[in-house]
Amino acid sequence: MNFIEARRLVHEYIRRDEEGNVESIQTALDHVDLDIEPGKFVAVLGHNGSGKSTFAKHLNVLLTPTEGTLWVDGKDAADEENLWEIRKNAGMVFQNPDNQIIASVVEEDVGFGPENIGVPTPEILKRVDQSLKSVGMSEYRTHSPNKLSGGQKQRVAIAGVMAMEPKCIVLDEPTAMLDPNGRREVLSAVQRLNEEKGVTIILITHYMEEVVDADQVFVMDQGKVVMEGTPREIFSQVETLKQYRLDVPQITLLADELRKAGLAVPKGILTRQELVDVLCRLY
Amino acid sequence: MSIILDHVNYVYSAGTAYEKHALKDISLKIEDGQFIGIIGHTGSGKSTLIQHLNGLIRATSGAIYYNGEDIYDKGYPLQKLRGKVGLVFQYPEHQLFETTIFKDVCFGPKNQGLSQNEAELKAFEALRAVGLSERLWYQSPFDLSGGQKRRVAIAGVLAMKPEVLILDEPTAGLDPKGRDEILDQVVRMHRELHITVILVSHSMEDVANYVGRLIVMNRGQVMFDGVPREVFAHYQELEAVGLSAPQVTYLMHDLRRRGLSVDESATTLEEAKASILRALQVGSK
Amino acid sequence: MLRDITIGQYYPADSVIHKLDPRTKLFATLLFVISLFTFRSWAGLALATVFLAVLIRLSKVPLRYMVKGLRAIVVILLITALFNLFLTPGKVLVEWWIFSISYEGLISAGKMTVRLIFLILGTSVVTLTTTPNALTDGLEKALRPLNAIRIPVHEVAMMMSIALRFIPILVEETDKIMKAQIARGADFESGNLIKKAKNMVPLLVPLFISAFRRANDLALAMEARCYHGGKGRTKMKPLQYRRRDAVVYGLVLVYFAGMIAVRILL
Repeated sequence: MNFIEARRLVHEYIRRDEEGNVESIQTALDHVDLDIEPGKFVAVLGHNGSGKSTFAKHLNVLLTPTEGTLWVDGKDAADEENLWEIRKNAGMVFQNPDNQIIASVVEEDVGFGPENIGVPTPEILKRVDQSLKSVGMSEYRTHSPNKLSGGQKQRVAIAGVMAMEPKCIVLDEPTAMLDPNGRREVLSAVQRLNEEKGVTIILITHYMEEVVDADQVFVMDQGKVVMEGTPREIFSQVETLKQYRLDVPQITLLADELRKAGLAVPKGILTRQELVDVLCRLY
Repeated sequence: MSIILDHVNYVYSAGTAYEKHALKDISLKIEDGQFIGIIGHTGSGKSTLIQHLNGLIRATSGAIYYNGEDIYDKGYPLQKLRGKVGLVFQYPEHQLFETTIFKDVCFGPKNQGLSQNEAELKAFEALRAVGLSERLWYQSPFDLSGGQKRRVAIAGVLAMKPEVLILDEPTAGLDPKGRDEILDQVVRMHRELHITVILVSHSMEDVANYVGRLIVMNRGQVMFDGVPREVFAHYQELEAVGLSAPQVTYLMHDLRRRGLSVDESATTLEEAKASILRALQVGSK
Repeated sequence: MLRDITIGQYYPADSVIHKLDPRTKLFATLLFVISLFTFRSWAGLALATVFLAVLIRLSKVPLRYMVKGLRAIVVILLITALFNLFLTPGKVLVEWWIFSISYEGLISAGKMTVRLIFLILGTSVVTLTTTPNALTDGLEKALRPLNAIRIPVHEVAMMMSIALRFIPILVEETDKIMKAQIARGADFESGNLIKKAKNMVPLLVPLFISAFRRANDLALAMEARCYHGGKGRTKMKPLQYRRRDAVVYGLVLVYFAGMIAVRILL
């Protein structure tokens, strides 16, 4: 069974004037069909305003479908009875590290989620321990979040979600405000959770380098899923990606340019090692 | 136009437990018309450095000369300096406040004491220079997309007619196309308006593509200062301080190690491409 | 300048005071504040000084750090001192035009200043040694009876704790926006009061927008983590009185009794 199943999912933002009359309708999700298997590392790409954030918010029922259906872990997201169960199972990490940390001490923040779902005290302490460890932040347990770097704050946010023991974590551009080191920290923490704990990861981003190791990539544009495949399949279509205001990793782009210049370089080269091997064979 | 930093030091919270030597003995000369990149990890002192250039932060010791004049001299018009050295902060769209885009861009020139007409003229030119479509000018800046808002904020600084434009990570948070558009616009402004541009960036690929001179900051000191290909030749030292070289530079080193006679100092895609093609042609003959 | 505000900031350290139950600390503060304003004799002040000094010592928070927090209220201190100094009638010491300083004025200005300083120091001992969450937990539990008269105690406590968490962030943000506008030639210093107020617009508008954006983001983040009010919530660190709390309650009562004794006997 798929962990996420979206069928003809539509979401419209309706703007009303002061009298409540509809002023404008903006279709943020336009008949999205999408399946995600449990345990996968999935990336969703798309430029700003492509609808990827709106989609992410549906997975956690922060938004509900205008039309169509969405199942999360076999539960219908439109049914209010499933609300807390879905939120518990599909945790969410947001872009701005400062705006999602609630407490003034790291461990208290990590404990916030379990407190909300009524986990008994000794169990909370155990979970806080484990989640901080799983993102490598144990030594900052009693620190104030204000003194942490961006990457560290995001890892605390991830720990806060992990403490609810979700089956899936949705990360909505978690690295957009970080420097390269912070980006690496967050990404490797997420990858570890996926590999070691089998947590399904849905990473929403527009940094192409972060997508290379994903199992599956979706590209969104104007509220629609326009491309779907493995990173290699996606990145072999350089021109199409550019149309959607995206690009490809520099190595992939170079490989593509060399191929256009007449070298026998295959499409969809992802890593430096691959390109080195190919070029050395040509030599 | 030139900016000279002469043994500049900056220490904050001196005498407390939080004391930090943010800049250590910095001496630099920034000449007219250069396109300079500054890289360094968070906390390396690059933000502190750029805020010295327009007098927002006052050095603890050392001197800064703008066009030969000491900016710390009594009576030196710091406010005028801030018009000459325009500073665009990170996420500059957060400073927008007026009801229309056009009014917001007028804010800087009006602070310079220009009349309404002159200020509007400056705003007009600046909005043109950042390439914002004219039909948006009289809308609220808050209805724009992220990339457009950022252009408005840059126009707000540009309208003061600076001779030097400093941009602190102008592409942060934008999507790939948005990043390219902003950077291309900056290049165009550098070329067409003949201004000096200082670009603070986290992207090695971007600085390699765009700048003529690269300054690497580390622990409050200038670690390297030179053309990008020279600086990136020190990629191992850069890595030791948490930075890196562009992806293609690593590729070239790898290829060289495997026996291909490519140019290891290539830092941009074009250079790498040309060098690989050359090496393979020679090899196959 | 704005960075100097230490009220509401937690100072991590391992001290007896840190370990006390927040309710104990709140009760002690309440009695201390009452004592400051009801027992006005020199002996009373002396006793309060000793009490406060012991507290600060035990808290392991550097005195310098606390005193820094006073900078934020220097203006208020000055105004109260001046009012007391000039407006208290009594034996005139100095006279100039319509102003006169009396002996009583001098004394009351001095006492008032000391009292206000003690008030701030005393309360900051609590905020510096208690995490905002613990503090609001304490308030929530101590004020629980108010639920009966339909005051949403949990929600109020949660709001306070979030406010405390965001003070430093908003302070930093103010600093950033201010600098950005100064870089655009804005002037926040010169001009008369009306002009100054007008000049604040470029600072306040972005600040409000940012605060609303943060509030919105935070509400979403809390919802995403299953927050739905106080119902059915468990606690990671449930409040529990220990022996040291009983001891402190005792000591605080002794202090208060001492104050009463001083008042009656001297």
